[in-house]
Amino acid sequence: MERPAWAPQGIDLTVPSVSRMYDYYLGGSHNFEVDREAARRAVEAWPGLPKLMQANRAFMRRAADFAISEGVTQFLDIGSGIPTFGNLHEAAQGIDPHSKVVYVDNDPVAVAHSRAVLEGDERTAIVSADFRSPQDILYSNEVERLLDFDRPVALMLVALLHFIEDKDDPWKTVKEMSDALAPGSLLVVTHSSADEGPKRDGGAGVRDVYRQTSSPLIMRSRSEIKQFFDGFDLVEPGVVALPRWRPETGPESDDPVLLSGYAGVGRKAGSVG
Amino acid sequence: MTPGPHEPEGLEKDGLRRFATIWSRAVYPVTQTSMTRAELEDYLHPLAVKLCDAIHEHPFSAAPGREVGVALVEGHCTSPDALPHLLGVIDAYLVLYGRDPANKNLSVEEARARCSRLQHTIAAGFTQALRDRTLGEQEALSRAALAAQTAVEEALHASETRFRAVFNDATIGISIADMDGRIRDANETVARMFGRSVEEMRRRNVNEWVHPDDAPEVWKQHRQLVRGERDHFRVEKPYQRPDGTVLWTNLTVSLLRDPEGEPRYQLALLEDITERRLLHLRLRYEATHDELTGLPNRTLFAERLDRLLSASGGVKRFGLCYLDIDGFKAVNDSLGHAVGDQLLVAVAERLQSCTAGSGHLVARIGGDEFAALVTDPSGPEDVAELARQVLAALATPIGIDGRELSVRASIGIVEGPSGELRPEEVMRSADITMYRAKDAGGNRYELADPDSDARAIDRHSLTNHLPAALERDEFFLEYQPLIRMSDGHVDGAEALVRWKHPVHGRLGPDRFIPLAEHTGLIVPLGRWVMEQAVRQACAWHEQRDAEKVKGAAAEAPLRVNVNLSPRQLHHPDLVPDTVAVLEAAGMAPSSLCLEVTESALIGADEDELKPLRQLAELGVEIALDDFGTGYSNLANLRRLPATTLKLDRSFTRGLQQHPADPVDVTFVEGIVTLAHALGLAVTVEGVETEHQASQLREMGCDTAQGWYYARPGPASTFQHGFAVTP
Repeated sequence: MERPAWAPQGIDLTVPSVSRMYDYYLGGSHNFEVDREAARRAVEAWPGLPKLMQANRAFMRRAADFAISEGVTQFLDIGSGIPTFGNLHEAAQGIDPHSKVVYVDNDPVAVAHSRAVLEGDERTAIVSADFRSPQDILYSNEVERLLDFDRPVALMLVALLHFIEDKDDPWKTVKEMSDALAPGSLLVVTHSSADEGPKRDGGAGVRDVYRQTSSPLIMRSRSEIKQFFDGFDLVEPGVVALPRWRPETGPESDDPVLLSGYAGVGRKAGSVG
Repeated sequence: MTPGPHEPEGLEKDGLRRFATIWSRAVYPVTQTSMTRAELEDYLHPLAVKLCDAIHEHPFSAAPGREVGVALVEGHCTSPDALPHLLGVIDAYLVLYGRDPANKNLSVEEARARCSRLQHTIAAGFTQALRDRTLGEQEALSRAALAAQTAVEEALHASETRFRAVFNDATIGISIADMDGRIRDANETVARMFGRSVEEMRRRNVNEWVHPDDAPEVWKQHRQLVRGERDHFRVEKPYQRPDGTVLWTNLTVSLLRDPEGEPRYQLALLEDITERRLLHLRLRYEATHDELTGLPNRTLFAERLDRLLSASGGVKRFGLCYLDIDGFKAVNDSLGHAVGDQLLVAVAERLQSCTAGSGHLVARIGGDEFAALVTDPSGPEDVAELARQVLAALATPIGIDGRELSVRASIGIVEGPSGELRPEEVMRSADITMYRAKDAGGNRYELADPDSDARAIDRHSLTNHLPAALERDEFFLEYQPLIRMSDGHVDGAEALVRWKHPVHGRLGPDRFIPLAEHTGLIVPLGRWVMEQAVRQACAWHEQRDAEKVKGAAAEAPLRVNVNLSPRQLHHPDLVPDTVAVLEAAGMAPSSLCLEVTESALIGADEDELKPLRQLAELGVEIALDDFGTGYSNLANLRRLPATTLKLDRSFTRGLQQHPADPVDVTFVEGIVTLAHALGLAVTVEGVETEHQASQLREMGCDTAQGWYYARPGPASTFQHGFAVTP
């Protein structure tokens, strides 16, 4: 039977959580043995994963820099996970202290931890919601309190969409969310892909690991990823491998594993109000 | 970080910057920081300065190494793999790039020894910081997990409270039983419905609740649900209440499974429909029963008849008595509807008394029509017996308001095997048969027979085709001459209408005139006949005048006789129509004779006679047709506007014999005398023999008509003449 939307979601700490695995990749200790166990197996199947995650983190910082340089200082970060070193709000508010950040995650532990970390922060908040129910996000108290949708917002979907299966039609959800955004808003996406990179099994091994977690991992092709930007103008250099999106220094660490992830930023068309 | 005041700028700074570059390059690949390499280098440079300062400090202390270890963890160089890289670069390059030109006293050996000790404290600081951080993060995570769990529990509690409220306050009854049928929980509503307490309900087992009126499939579906073969079912189910009353419910039972899919509980939702059901039954009763007599009405009767006639009903034969009270309209008209209604109630009671205990259905079909439906009669005689009982039961007069009313009724009986006739065929047959009983005088029953039905159906079909036949000119006239007895010459001719039916061929007036009379078509048909006949009479007049000139022997009639039906007689346009026809043809009124049956004039008052009188005054002849068959008041004869009596053929029949029946002779002589005394001419019909003709002539009859002279034929036959020698 379908659980009614207003019935509470349970917590099962025996199931690996992608946000706690992510924390583990980043060297954090906000994780339990089940998460580490799953993460270790994922790394075994795909040794470059921690680097890829780190590159995601680095890209997010560069994207935040870019957004603020464009005058976009409102951020909606979905799938934010466990707040750890190099957070979006620290990065953004480090550049422009007036930046507003709303995090969204569906992992109740990640949400509880974020809430503890963000306590007393007037410009940052966390929403417990699922990307697949965009209305829950858009009409949440936190979003209504902190973000002004008449002005551009940076919608951050970093390392998120590859956890949304085709049956849930992530393209439709992205469209639904971007419809709420003012012209000039930015869509920031990273997504894992088996197009390039060293894994010759098309990522099957790591997919198997993620199948046992709270969120299975979906590899998508570059063209599928580009479709998320329908209605957006891609900014230079388009959808490219993670480290190649506006690197700050030369291509010093072009680990081939980093080619397994794509990144891109689009600007919503229309006149900026 | 700025260098210490005692340290000269220049080379040393460049040295440590270079050291930081080497350091960051070696460490960067194994860190998990999100800093860029340049940022990491900037982060490491002050640490390098601090270490260098420590080497050159006097007295030497390894303590800053610990701070550097802590700082490295804070800079996210936390991977265990990072530590050998971090220390390896310090070991290899720090002394080399960290020389202090001002501190010449420090030997290279001493510097290296100090560097080693610093590495020890860096490792210690690093380990300490990493441990603190790990513990802190684990603690934070545990707190978060706990907080999340608390939040979930609170939400669960709120949700359960909400569900409790729904459960307790629902207007629908809810009970949950385990798979053995033991009720685990029940809400107030269901307890109230059952007239028990919630505690009592919890001691019960749903399997006990068998009720005699359970639908056959209820418990089968329930067993399927318990076996997990069905996830829900919905039925109307009765339950016995402790006070003996019955609770009727709309019951929905759903199976609740555990996460593995095993059946765990059965959830029952019960809606009390007792009242609604009663109301429904009452409405159903009202819809299927006659308000006045309380008998089943036409709707219920039709349903039963349907069932009885369907081949699948398991019934071999059916019988139907279709009853209509004779003369009921007269009761209503003369005694009022209240008495009529009481009479119907009394009839209903008598009918019921005849069928009591037999299982036969007695229904009021409408008005004064009733029907008794017999299931599986042994044959027609069985049903006829019921009809006889009914007539006998009605024979005893019914007392209403001090009046004794005797009730007569006509019954049509249809009996036969089920599965052959459709309900409407049975009803039609019953109706036809009932009317046969009425036509036969009433207060009797008749059995349906296919021939009578077919005739009635023919009649029905002819009736339906009459109007179109008139439009399509399917009628035509024949004429039978009227012979003047004094000289044997043609005096006139009676116009007789025929129907050239496209299917049935030539039809005589007996087949369709009563139908036309019944439907009212007789009025236009009669007018058409009069027009045709008058036109023909005109033609004969012209012909007669022409032949007079030629002195030919053949003669045409002087007058034409046209029959008037009772309905025409009472039609307000009779007089103007007749005048118009005569004027249109330009014919004298005396050339037209209207024949009216004696029975049509019985009981006619002066008002009703007025049109005939007007016509008679205009000079139109009026003949009293079929004279002697009705119950004429001979005294009345003198006030009728008739000019001729047409003696019925039944009187002339006796004169065909030789010698003639003396009674008939006396009759005819008497009538002729009487007629002549009143100034009326006498016409005799049915003259078939010469002997008859001569006798009637001797008796003084004025004109005669019959096969002896001529059969009816087309107008043209008159050209050959009918002169009969007297």
